[in-house]
Amino acid sequence: MGIMKRITGNDGKASSTTPLINVSRRSFLQGTGGLAIGVCLGPVACSSKDAGTAATAASNIPAFEPNAFIRIGADNSVTVIAKHLEMGQGTFTGLATLAAEELDADWSQVSVEAAPADVTKYKNNLLGGQGTGGSTAMADSHEPMRKAGATARAMLVSAAAAEWKVPASEITVSKGTIRHAVSKKEASFGQMADKASKQPVPTEVVLKDPKDFTLIGTQTATRKDSAAKTNGTAKFTQDVKLDGMLVAVLAHAPHFGSTIKSVDDSKARAVAGVVDVIHVDAVPGVNRAAVAVLAKNTWVAKQGRDALVVEWEEAEAFKLSSADMFKQFHALSAKPGLVAGTRGDTAAALKKPAKLIEASYEFPYLAHAAMEPLNCVIHYTGDSCQIWNGEQFQTFDQAAAAATLGLKPEQVSITQLYAGGSFGRRASSKSDFIVEAATLAKAAYAKGVKAPLKMVWTREDDMRGGYYRPAFVHAIKAGLDKDGKLVGWQQRIVGQSIAKGTALEPYMVHEGIDHTSVEGTSDTRYDITNLQVELHSVDYKMPVLWWRSVGHTHTAYAVETMMDELAHAAGKDPVEFRRALLEKQPRHLAVLELAAAKSDWGKPLAPIAGMKRGRGIAVHESFNTFVAEVAEVSVDADGMLKVDRVVCAVDCGLAINPDVIKAQMEGGIGFGLAAILHSEITFDQGKVVQGNFGEYPMLRINEMPVIEVHLVASAEKPTGVGEPGVPPIGPAVANAVFAATAKRIRKLPFGDQLSA
Amino acid sequence: MTDLTINGVKHTHNGDAAMPLLWFIRDEVGMTGTKFGCGVAQCGACTVHLDGQPIRSCVTPVSVAAGKNITTIEGTASDKVGAAVQASWRKLDVVQCGYCQSGQIMSAVALLAKNKAPTDSDIDSAMGGNVCRCATYVRIRAAIHDAATALA
Repeated sequence: MGIMKRITGNDGKASSTTPLINVSRRSFLQGTGGLAIGVCLGPVACSSKDAGTAATAASNIPAFEPNAFIRIGADNSVTVIAKHLEMGQGTFTGLATLAAEELDADWSQVSVEAAPADVTKYKNNLLGGQGTGGSTAMADSHEPMRKAGATARAMLVSAAAAEWKVPASEITVSKGTIRHAVSKKEASFGQMADKASKQPVPTEVVLKDPKDFTLIGTQTATRKDSAAKTNGTAKFTQDVKLDGMLVAVLAHAPHFGSTIKSVDDSKARAVAGVVDVIHVDAVPGVNRAAVAVLAKNTWVAKQGRDALVVEWEEAEAFKLSSADMFKQFHALSAKPGLVAGTRGDTAAALKKPAKLIEASYEFPYLAHAAMEPLNCVIHYTGDSCQIWNGEQFQTFDQAAAAATLGLKPEQVSITQLYAGGSFGRRASSKSDFIVEAATLAKAAYAKGVKAPLKMVWTREDDMRGGYYRPAFVHAIKAGLDKDGKLVGWQQRIVGQSIAKGTALEPYMVHEGIDHTSVEGTSDTRYDITNLQVELHSVDYKMPVLWWRSVGHTHTAYAVETMMDELAHAAGKDPVEFRRALLEKQPRHLAVLELAAAKSDWGKPLAPIAGMKRGRGIAVHESFNTFVAEVAEVSVDADGMLKVDRVVCAVDCGLAINPDVIKAQMEGGIGFGLAAILHSEITFDQGKVVQGNFGEYPMLRINEMPVIEVHLVASAEKPTGVGEPGVPPIGPAVANAVFAATAKRIRKLPFGDQLSA
Repeated sequence: MTDLTINGVKHTHNGDAAMPLLWFIRDEVGMTGTKFGCGVAQCGACTVHLDGQPIRSCVTPVSVAAGKNITTIEGTASDKVGAAVQASWRKLDVVQCGYCQSGQIMSAVALLAKNKAPTDSDIDSAMGGNVCRCATYVRIRAAIHDAATALA
């Protein structure tokens, strides 16, 4: 997910093709006063055990805590406090690498612990509150974490200098050992920790020259969560068990906008082990009404839930069907919309081009479908509330839970656990499932249930719970002159706004344009002289949300497949065609050319008997990271598609953990493939048709291509990698399919369109 | 009353014998390495071994497991193949979010226990029931080959 790149992103990056959205990072930060609500909690007990990390008990008695991010124990343990959620993207490892590098710690002595909710210490400066998203973690934290490490190191060195009565300048630190070579004195961090804690905190520290890095950019800094996630000890929200805790499983209204009309819970209460049945009213526009069954274990709660008979009041319910929605989208795409970006005179340029290409694209609603269905553990005591969650948006969720419970934000503490995936879903713009858990807890408390509650959504609850990647229709008209040069581009985009109606609207929607609907088109770095991007935003009662790489999930597909069409219409090689439009964009060009070179672009693919084969390319910038991907595909006589190999080139600035970057590109490619090949959420009279993985298929191992990832060496500031691997894969595969079959896929998912 | 042997330890279940084994392991015994993902045997996050065979514990009633040896992720390190698979998983940093990985590892261990040198096609067949939403499949495949080599 990525909420605010478009706001924080492109400032300072001169472009010949002026970005069209006039929002700067500064204006966002100025605007965040309202977001950065004054929460000051002080350290909340967030034990490393809860966080599923490997810190030893002794490290909980800190000898040395130089700042909010580092704790050094007398037992020589170094604990790095991670303010960003670990949901698979490798943040814990990245944050630890940055701090340990400057601290000169030994990698084996470093463990990671999740930070509590405390915006005064752990604000994400790119988001404006405490939270994780928009592929911002490394961009936000690389300097503060390095400074935190360097500060701790300086204090250890000062302590050693005083203890050994030698000049600090003669002391070296390497792999967790402090040394004075002349006197042959040495000490571990643990031995010097207590004395270091009594040293003044330096106001200025010098960061390492990159040539001296021993962890950043190396393979030494392996994942910190590998061990716990391979032996079953990693703790997710689903794994929390508290004394006296009850499990809540809910019957959700099938429609957004429904309310509870009547409940017959007699059969539910008759299930042995059911403790209570609680009505959970909806907050309109935020969540669905529900009835919760509380029990001692999950199975009993689910049996009780299944035995409920609930009648829903549906007068205000969302009742549209997918076909009606797309019909409306297509009709709107034929009319002018709000101008999201304009360059030159597109109407004039498209009056009489030598060639005019028109295409319309359909993108479905998509569920995040993380492996861990949504859940939340909550303990409300009347004047305080504790939450245990794979917590992605602390500042929002703390405020939302507090508002629901009539508390102040500082009365709500949050323990951040590992998230079993998120892809944006746990960064709920309206804190929907947190609000649901708080509503449940409040209603249960009022009925005398004082126990902590674990709210568990089933897979079907998760898949039907809304907050989808919004559906979109794009209509593009583009013209070529007689030499095959691109002379004009008009693109109309129709879909639901992610930010509208949320607390983020004032910061993300400007003059009616939600930048997340048009990012990747209106701000395209292609040197298109005449460009017009227009937007129609549609309002429905069914909430939508960012989904790994947000607007780029559809804009990259439309733009990059159209570029391919134009290249073919111009009789030019797709790489050459793009190169001409990216002459002033060195970072785009570098990944484009690296991917082309490594994939043997231009050389024929090895034939496979009975298969049509093809190669396709796409290049896209998202979240300030540049990615090009080349896909090689085979299509058999029945139209069965196999993506054989993907070559990926990425420039994310300084590569902190090269292997994590590769893993994110691999995963992003697989995640994107699942969507373009299989995924689609559809509505039948407002009800979500798909409920489980049978109807919403996941990518499986047999469909995973061979993947090669190449990193562009860079000294630029590090940028994110969680999302940017996703956008190029769809168009790269679609373009490869065209090369193989001469068929253009303009409606996603591919499904069985190739066999038709 | 149902007697169950999990990782060599005997447990007794006094409740509903139709309850899936998953919930006995997680909620009653308190071992949470085995995960709930779909509840309908479509994702494999709940994979455990029943007398060495990989099964989906979310649809296997405790009554079916009575009298059989159940092995979970928590017990797999004591097995030579299990330890090798876990070591390869760590060596290649396979995991991302990690939620599906217990199930992936249990399926991989079952594969390598009966097939010492699996081909890519063998891996596709044995691992096809285990979904990884993070799509760590490239590394899962590599780690299985790596473990096979280590065990050879």
